[in-house]
Amino acid sequence: MSGRAQMRTPLGRVRGLGPAHAGTGHFWHQRVTSVAGIPLTIALIAIVIGLLGRSHATVVQVLGSPVVAIIVLLFVINSAYHMWIGMQEIVLDYVHGDIRKLVTLMANTFFVFAVALASAYAILKLSFGV
Amino acid sequence: MSELDAGLTATKARARPLSPHLQIYTPMLTMMMSIVHRITGGALYFGMLLLAWWLIAAASGPNAYSYVEWFMGSLIGRIVLFGYTWALIHHTLGGIRHLIWDTGHGLEPAERELLTLATLVGSIVLTLVTWGIGYLAMGGPR
Repeated sequence: MSGRAQMRTPLGRVRGLGPAHAGTGHFWHQRVTSVAGIPLTIALIAIVIGLLGRSHATVVQVLGSPVVAIIVLLFVINSAYHMWIGMQEIVLDYVHGDIRKLVTLMANTFFVFAVALASAYAILKLSFGV
Repeated sequence: MSELDAGLTATKARARPLSPHLQIYTPMLTMMMSIVHRITGGALYFGMLLLAWWLIAAASGPNAYSYVEWFMGSLIGRIVLFGYTWALIHHTLGGIRHLIWDTGHGLEPAERELLTLATLVGSIVLTLVTWGIGYLAMGGPR
């Protein structure tokens, strides 16, 4: 311990928060969303296959029906959080320098929020009409 | 605060050991599949745009939806969708493998090789099966 150079600063070791400054919470959340993602992925593939080649009217009707809409919404929200953590992990591994890291992490958040919100809005619109 | 900043700068300047990089290792299946897991994750990240496009187009109307139908029906669209399907299935199977490893099981040399091979073979087989079912659902290839 004493003779060897340390990878982490003493302050970093005491805080135990890692490069994202958020501790091990994300590690666990990534596991939770991956478990949830297994049945949701199977369900999404089934839904997409069922809608292949169908008319726009049928697609609207099926995607807007409560059970399908809820499953697709769950898939989108679960995937959004999972991919937000995953991309953050990739950024922390490969993007160095405080400013570049900060900007890339922010871009990750913006992208995920935009994609998730746009998808969720579309599903809700299909469900409630207008 | 300035003391803290000074401390951080001082530690930053200190020589730190560098981790050996990828090229010094002999490529192994577990390592390659670990890399593929990350690449498929990154691809799926941007692939969510396709799902969003499909949903938004469906919500927008028949005209917007016809563009999605046209793209998904084109050769490039089908190649992208096929890749998307494989990435999704491979990442899912790889995720299950990681969940098994998280419990501390399947880490013996033969077990981990078998698990890794199973995700690779399984992803290819399941992708082909999925597309077979997809074409059947559409009433044959067109």
